[in-house]
Amino acid sequence: MKAIIATTVFGIVMMFTGILVNNKRSVAAIAAVLFAVLLGINFFDLAAASPNATDTLVFNKMLRIEHYSVWFNTVMTGCTLLYVLLMSKEIQRVGSHVAEYFALIFFILCGLYILATYNNLLMMFIGIEILSIPQYVLAGSDRKNLKSAEASLKYFLMGSFTTGILLMGIALLFGAARSFNVMEIAAMLHTDALNPLALAGILFIMLAFAFKVSAAPMHTWTPDVYDGSPTPFTAYMSTVVKAGAFFAFLRLFQVSFNGISEHWTLILAIITAATLLVGNVTAVFQQSVKRMLAYSSIAQAGFMLFAVLAVNKFAWQGIIIYAMAYSVATIGLFSVLVKLKDFTYDGFNGLARTEPLLAFTASIFLFSLAGIPLTGGFMAKYYVLLAVVQQGHLMWLVIFALLMAAISIYYYFRVIIAMYFKPGTPEIASPVTAGDRTLLIITCALVILLGVAPQLFLNRI
Amino acid sequence: MILLFLILVPLLSGILSFSVKGSAAKTLALISSMITLGLSAYVSATNYKEAIVFSCEWIPMLGTQFSLVADGMSSMLCLLTGIVSLVVFLTNLDKDTEAPGSFNGFMLLSQAGLMGVFLATDALVFYVFWELALIPVYFLCSRWGGEKRIPVTFKFFVYTFVGSLMLLAGLIYLSLQTPGTVSYAWADIVAAGNALPATTQQGLFWLIFIAFAIKMPIFPFHTWQPDAYEQSPTPVTIILSALMVKMGLYAVLRWLLPVLPMGVALWSNFVVILSVIGIVYASCIAIVQTDIKRLVAYSSIAHMGLMSAAAFSANAIGMHGIMVQMFNHGINITGMWLIVSMIENRWGTRDMTKMGGMASVAPRMAIALVIISLANIALPLTNGFVGEFMLFNGLFAGDHSAPQIGIMVLAGLGIILGAVYTLNMIQKTAYGNTTEMVISKDLSVNEYAGLAIIIAVILYLGVYPKPLLDLTAGMIGG
Repeated sequence: MKAIIATTVFGIVMMFTGILVNNKRSVAAIAAVLFAVLLGINFFDLAAASPNATDTLVFNKMLRIEHYSVWFNTVMTGCTLLYVLLMSKEIQRVGSHVAEYFALIFFILCGLYILATYNNLLMMFIGIEILSIPQYVLAGSDRKNLKSAEASLKYFLMGSFTTGILLMGIALLFGAARSFNVMEIAAMLHTDALNPLALAGILFIMLAFAFKVSAAPMHTWTPDVYDGSPTPFTAYMSTVVKAGAFFAFLRLFQVSFNGISEHWTLILAIITAATLLVGNVTAVFQQSVKRMLAYSSIAQAGFMLFAVLAVNKFAWQGIIIYAMAYSVATIGLFSVLVKLKDFTYDGFNGLARTEPLLAFTASIFLFSLAGIPLTGGFMAKYYVLLAVVQQGHLMWLVIFALLMAAISIYYYFRVIIAMYFKPGTPEIASPVTAGDRTLLIITCALVILLGVAPQLFLNRI
Repeated sequence: MILLFLILVPLLSGILSFSVKGSAAKTLALISSMITLGLSAYVSATNYKEAIVFSCEWIPMLGTQFSLVADGMSSMLCLLTGIVSLVVFLTNLDKDTEAPGSFNGFMLLSQAGLMGVFLATDALVFYVFWELALIPVYFLCSRWGGEKRIPVTFKFFVYTFVGSLMLLAGLIYLSLQTPGTVSYAWADIVAAGNALPATTQQGLFWLIFIAFAIKMPIFPFHTWQPDAYEQSPTPVTIILSALMVKMGLYAVLRWLLPVLPMGVALWSNFVVILSVIGIVYASCIAIVQTDIKRLVAYSSIAHMGLMSAAAFSANAIGMHGIMVQMFNHGINITGMWLIVSMIENRWGTRDMTKMGGMASVAPRMAIALVIISLANIALPLTNGFVGEFMLFNGLFAGDHSAPQIGIMVLAGLGIILGAVYTLNMIQKTAYGNTTEMVISKDLSVNEYAGLAIIIAVILYLGVYPKPLLDLTAGMIGG
């Protein structure tokens, strides 16, 4: 588990870089190199954890390294690298403490790695905190902007409150299972002699996770925080960070609570349905694309919850491929968004004429989010649906989700309509360089590759 | 391999077309569609006895293979796609289209999607092409369509997309019932569907049927159609009405009837009633239309209604009739739209009350209009007659209760009503007082060639339908 150590060290190195290097661009370049190195280290970890190897316990049995976890870490690190490359210029423009922003992202990754490998509820708690606290800082990093401060404070207050709920849940669960170890908890919980404390604990934990992944009814912080935070950080929060929380959610419910799934499936199914409904219906009424993306991230969370609902092997692969497809497409879309001055739909009018490449790649990302075949988003949706349909008893939810996916067409295609069929000249905030174009083409190719040949990737998971 | 080329040729030339400007794009599209037509004609001519197959690995862990098969029905529809595309590009040669490179690019991409739908024998591949055929049409209508194009196209897209998603849920469910873990191969899906109990089949029937019903469209799922036909540019309208709606019918024949026989048996009477309501309703609306484009749109709903009624009252002659009629309707409706667009160009209006006297100012156009219209109402010695005769033969054959016969008689009314509005249209446009034309000229060379192909097919198959009957004969009972 070299990546956890590496990302912590890199985070600290990054903070010192801020003192030693004054030039923002050099700082960003150093960060990019470090992220690339981190990805390399992840590949190294990946090679060590082959599919047939037994899980290894490290750090006093606090972490359990599994095949899926390492894959998830690698994929998310890859997405982070892509994000840093695409957004580097915008991150530099947020404020003067560029090195610290990158350092915080390294710390977020550290939290994510812990969440993907925890073997103990305490580690899960620590992981969630390491993941969240840098986010509170990043949300408020645009210090001259009142909305950014509001987002940060709101996020922090609500987040702290949820932490309390999570701790309460863990405590209740400990009371029932007499252990923090996820494997031991699984062994202690039996349907026939189920302690009510455990059920209450599970409910609390579920709600706390619902907050972290912005699922209804705990989603209300999402639009304001995503809208108020500096756009580059919104992009990161709504993708990689959210996926990390999801993976932790999935792990706990698959490993520990799998045996008593009939006690929590219905509640989670209702949460899923509510999330899909709220996310999709509210997104329709948004006038700002950034805010629309906030609600769309709630809607997409509804689909990711499918993976948690389905307690089978498709769920693991499903969450990884969903996290990847969703993150890549959303990061790509945000990187187009930050090029524009006006974040409303009208701000996109006529983009196809002035910047055809931006419009084309944005369309592919939107297709992917909407789940059109031959894009990664389709394969991802397909996979999580497959996982739930195989479960068998939730067909009503599948059909409901598909109807909601049809609603999502409305707001995703509104951007395409604005770009291609409406007259206008969009104002460009920062010039689109050749490097940007190349990166966008690579991102776009990745989205399509994931849709056309997912086996290149799935074969190995 | 040849089947792969049927998809690749339009696909690659479509992608290439986006970077080509001006008349070169038109030439490229023409050449590509000629090659495709040649290939599909070759496929149709060689597979009398056994189907051509192509298969390669796609996503093995999902149980899906990229496999294509061309039996009689598939190759007939590919041939139709080939002919219609060629005629569309041919007649579009002298039109001023904005950004012809992109326009033809999207047209060719949708052609590739259609070929894929007709050839796929793996459910997931089928689904992918089913969606892919739709996306280019969305762009075509939204960019090059009429005034209300954006809301209308959007409605069309959402309607069909909802249907597709239901279809996807149904297919996923079926694929998990197959022997082994997951398989999407046609034979496995059929086996899995047949083995399911009747109640499950009913549920699945509705999931899958809605997608196809929206596409065909069957009453009451048709409301997207007249608007979409009216607002789309003519080449796209042709693709929609001659080919896209056939996707729905083809999918019923391939992916619904054999897969869920018990579900179909329980609901077939209901669907037949819906279809017949559609026939009568659409015909009545067509009679009172003064907008010529909407008239043809409603007539198309009526014709599709007849075919879907026959499809759900399953019987061998009826099935054979549907195949023949799918081809013929595709040819005839293409001819109708071509004439309609020529009329619109020359008179500058689609209002029939403001037209008249075409026979005296543009006699060749009037002759073409009359022949195509008569084929559309299935006069003997035109291609329409053969198909419709077989359809009704199939509908009435076998034992029926009195209410069923009553419904079929109502369906027969469709023919009479069809004659009413079609003859009315001929009378108002071709004859009567001569009104002023905006551009007074008869057919141009390429329009002449396009219509000549259509009329040749109409007359040839009207007099000697054997090749078409032979090609589609193998499908009966299959």
